[in-house]
Amino acid sequence: MINKNKMTPYIMVSPYIIHFLAFIAFPVIFSFILMFHRWNIISPMQYIGLGNFDHLFQDRLFFKAILNTIIFLVIHIPLQIIVALFFAEMLNQKLKLRGFYRAAFFLPVVVSGVVVTYMWQQLYGYDTGVLNRLLVWLGLGKVGWLLDPKVAMPSIAIMATWKNVGLYIVLFLVGLQSVPQQYYEAADLEGASHWQKFRHITLPMINPTFFMVVVLSTIGGFSLFIEPYIMTDGGPLNSTLSAVLYIYREGFFFYHMGYATTLGFFFALLILAVVVIQRKFVEREI
Amino acid sequence: MKRIFLHIILIVGAIVFLYPFLWMVTASLSPESEITKLTFLPSTFTLTGYQQMVEKIPIFRAFFNSLLVSLSITAGVLVFGSMVGYALSRLRFRGRNLIFFIIIFTMTLPFQITLIPQYIIMVKLGWVDNYLGLIVPYLMNAFGIIMFRQYFMSLPQDLIDAARIDGCSEARILFGVLWPNSIPALVTVGIITFMASWNEVLWPLIVIRNENLMTMPQLVTLFVVGGRAESQLGVKLASATILAVPIIIAYMFFQRYFIQSMATTGMKE
Repeated sequence: MINKNKMTPYIMVSPYIIHFLAFIAFPVIFSFILMFHRWNIISPMQYIGLGNFDHLFQDRLFFKAILNTIIFLVIHIPLQIIVALFFAEMLNQKLKLRGFYRAAFFLPVVVSGVVVTYMWQQLYGYDTGVLNRLLVWLGLGKVGWLLDPKVAMPSIAIMATWKNVGLYIVLFLVGLQSVPQQYYEAADLEGASHWQKFRHITLPMINPTFFMVVVLSTIGGFSLFIEPYIMTDGGPLNSTLSAVLYIYREGFFFYHMGYATTLGFFFALLILAVVVIQRKFVEREI
Repeated sequence: MKRIFLHIILIVGAIVFLYPFLWMVTASLSPESEITKLTFLPSTFTLTGYQQMVEKIPIFRAFFNSLLVSLSITAGVLVFGSMVGYALSRLRFRGRNLIFFIIIFTMTLPFQITLIPQYIIMVKLGWVDNYLGLIVPYLMNAFGIIMFRQYFMSLPQDLIDAARIDGCSEARILFGVLWPNSIPALVTVGIITFMASWNEVLWPLIVIRNENLMTMPQLVTLFVVGGRAESQLGVKLASATILAVPIIIAYMFFQRYFIQSMATTGMKE
């Protein structure tokens, strides 16, 4: 009886331990071996020392892919925060149809990224897309949304914002609702302006939400893949080639397993570094 | 006056978020020649796009595959996640803190680091082009465990003590006593897991090459980027619509639960 009870907790956690060993610990250890080898899965592994790292640091295209991903993030995150805060502020009051608006903004969040991307590829169409037709109708020129190397990545960032912003509206709404109403009343007595109230009460109070939104959209943004894969295949002129798309090609198109692992490892370190820096920065700034 | 202005902005916002879906559905039902004309209602509705899609790709099979994979993963995450969450919150044993620490640590680990080695494991296990390759790696996730742990900690200890006095086994306590009292946690973890696996596309693209085993997002992706649609828009739009419809229907019925569940993903900090 006692013996059986002692074993129970271990039986309960055993699925996790097995899963952890097989799909996390072993892959991480294995990746350290792979990084020093050249391997296409079929022929035997070939030890090449630091060859993959040498290659990586000379791989202009990989650094371009990282830069592209960062460009994406630099546009996507501020845009997402501004749009989300804007609508969250609007919805944070008694309002007819509030539930409907919230549900509408949230709809793209639940739909597959494949659908959203394909849909937007049509909206962004040069001659037939609705956006350019709207511009022409307004008397403005057409934009090469996905054709112009300077515009293509911002276009993807706008689409990604459209897809995800509903989630962040809801998160900010939860944050806003936790701000005590008395603070605003006190500020009103002092004659504070709308902006002052927002800057000195709302922003500091929703700091935790703010940080969460930044981290979640950073991690999400670093895994950018299906959008360029469907829309542009990394083009034009590699301007939308994301880091994950590049790693995917190296691994599953060229079967450079050792090299792709090295890229993945390097990129993961970069992600962790960015998240740590963001934490420091956001905690201090607001 | 201010309120009218507010509503106008919100209505424009709602149109911006809903219009692309409406366009996609109507365009998929329009004759090929009218799709690019952007008229809101086509002269006639046609199902040609859908008929051609059904002839070209095994979309029903893919729907079945997606359902099988997502339901298996969701069931696994609920059962295993609650087992581990229960042990971590309500049982005392050596190594408990270590396991909890490992779980938190793995949550911060970017997937890019394990992507390639995991694929190689699938190759070695013979799980490429196999349902197991799609399901098994996802049967457990740190988020589910943490959610269950938190939730179980908030339940009264009396509930468990009473069941123990009645001579219930630990499995019985977990599934017979705690589960019925943890519906919100089960719904939240269930919805998030189901949605994530239903919409997952990178991993299927990696481990599945056989068209009959593909999930819906993967099949539709390869269909819209590949040449098989013979650059006909209608049939591609039909496949994208079919991919969106099941989740939109589910969302219309359980909208509140979707939003609440997704909102808690951020709350783990």
